[in-house]
Amino acid sequence: MALELIVSKIWKIYEGRPVLRDLSFVFDRKRIYVIMGPNGSGKTTFLKICALLEVPDKGKVFYLNSDKKRLPKDINLFRKITYVFPEVGIFNASVFDNVAYGLKIRGFKKKEIVARVEEVLDFVGLIHKKKQNALTLSSGEAKRMGIARAIVIEPEFIFLDEPTAFVDMKNTEIIEKILLQIKEREKSTIIIATHDTYFASKVGDIILKLENGKLLTENSA
Amino acid sequence: MEFLIEAFKKALFLIINLDRELLEIIFLSLKVSFSALIVASIFGIPLGAFLGMKKFPGKNAVIIFLNTGMGLPPVVVGLFLYMLFSRSGPLGFLHLLYTPTAMIIAQFVLAFPIVTALSQASIMKVDPIIKLTAKTLGATPFQVALTIIKEARYGILAGVIAGLGRVMAEVGAILIVGGNIAGYTRVMTTTIALETDKGNFELALALGIILLTISFLINITLYFIQKKGVPANTTWL
Ligand SMILES: Nc1ncnc2c1ncn2[C@@H]1O[C@H](COP(=O)(O)OP(=O)(O)O)[C@@H](O)[C@H]1O
Ligand SMILES: [Mg+2]
Repeated sequence: MALELIVSKIWKIYEGRPVLRDLSFVFDRKRIYVIMGPNGSGKTTFLKICALLEVPDKGKVFYLNSDKKRLPKDINLFRKITYVFPEVGIFNASVFDNVAYGLKIRGFKKKEIVARVEEVLDFVGLIHKKKQNALTLSSGEAKRMGIARAIVIEPEFIFLDEPTAFVDMKNTEIIEKILLQIKEREKSTIIIATHDTYFASKVGDIILKLENGKLLTENSA
Repeated sequence: MEFLIEAFKKALFLIINLDRELLEIIFLSLKVSFSALIVASIFGIPLGAFLGMKKFPGKNAVIIFLNTGMGLPPVVVGLFLYMLFSRSGPLGFLHLLYTPTAMIIAQFVLAFPIVTALSQASIMKVDPIIKLTAKTLGATPFQVALTIIKEARYGILAGVIAGLGRVMAEVGAILIVGGNIAGYTRVMTTTIALETDKGNFELALALGIILLTISFLINITLYFIQKKGVPANTTWL
């Protein structure tokens, strides 16, 4: 069942300047990986390539199943990985409908959708806001909704791009707790990009640093 | 001055008594305009969505063409369709001239560019992050497209209503292809034009009042739709 993500010798060059250079890495544990680095170091570029939202200029990114077979990059694979953007990407709809989206497009039955959405909304502390238009949420609430919308589809890989950007201390702590609880379930590999060192040290099992286009291991637990 | 007041009184009398001729004219007007609008929406919304989402060579030309179409003079549309449908015209064998169908086609031609161009504009305004979000949540390309259309729903609806406003108010095209035949192709605007010409102000005025009321209702609806589309903004970004 478990998927592995293999990044092999990738390059990404913008306007003659390499952002990622000959970068290789294997993500093979249901843990929290944190990728650190200052603004502009290429974290988003790297995450998007891993999430198959962008393609590298050179090198390969692929997912292996438990038989070490390479999975074709089709909708079946896309549906096993999901990305939460720094600005979340909120649909002009209720919190409930936003979170239900991934289940609806997968053809889930209404009863199961309601049960699963209410469960994750309860988990992220937004159940009382389920009827509210999601565009009117505060930043901390919106970030939590983004996480709820990702985990409700039980993906193998969750990419979180700057999950604490625009978020105050209190909400950052709530997000930390949520992420640690998700990790306990061991259902997903979580890969986070952040420039927040303290947050990284709180949630990260494996901390990586993106520097000069390469991924360096800082520590691993 | 006195004749104005007299005409006004008679007009109100016609409205209050639900005059049969008046009702028939109103009914045909609504039927023609709504039919044209429904057909224009069935073709215009998907085409607008396609134009708003896809890149292809000649796209700019199509958009300029549509924008020109938004301002087409109705009489010119009437003239072209007349030539097409007249007995010696290429489509003369269809015997459409001076029928409600010809009027629906004429108003379709007027509404279609508006619905299409405004749909396209509101689809283009949807934040690109919506597309990426739908995709990464597992949507197929078709589901992504539907999601973007849904995000643009208020803008699209505003376009449809703007199209309705245009066709309800026009007289040039339907007068030429419909012919203003009593009890068959007479609608509100053509009747107003004809009756005014004849000096029969009461029916013209009654229809004028109703037309203004409809136009007013259309604009109220448009206002509220546009207002409802506004909370489409996060405040914390
Ligand atoms: N589409 C693009 N076109 C040109 N340059 C880009 C593009 N995307 C990212 N970059 C550049 O690549 C570098 C890395 O960006 P990014 O991956 O967003 O960094 P981070 O997420 O670490 O802040 C930046 O210098 C940025 O300007
Ligand atoms: Mg970034």
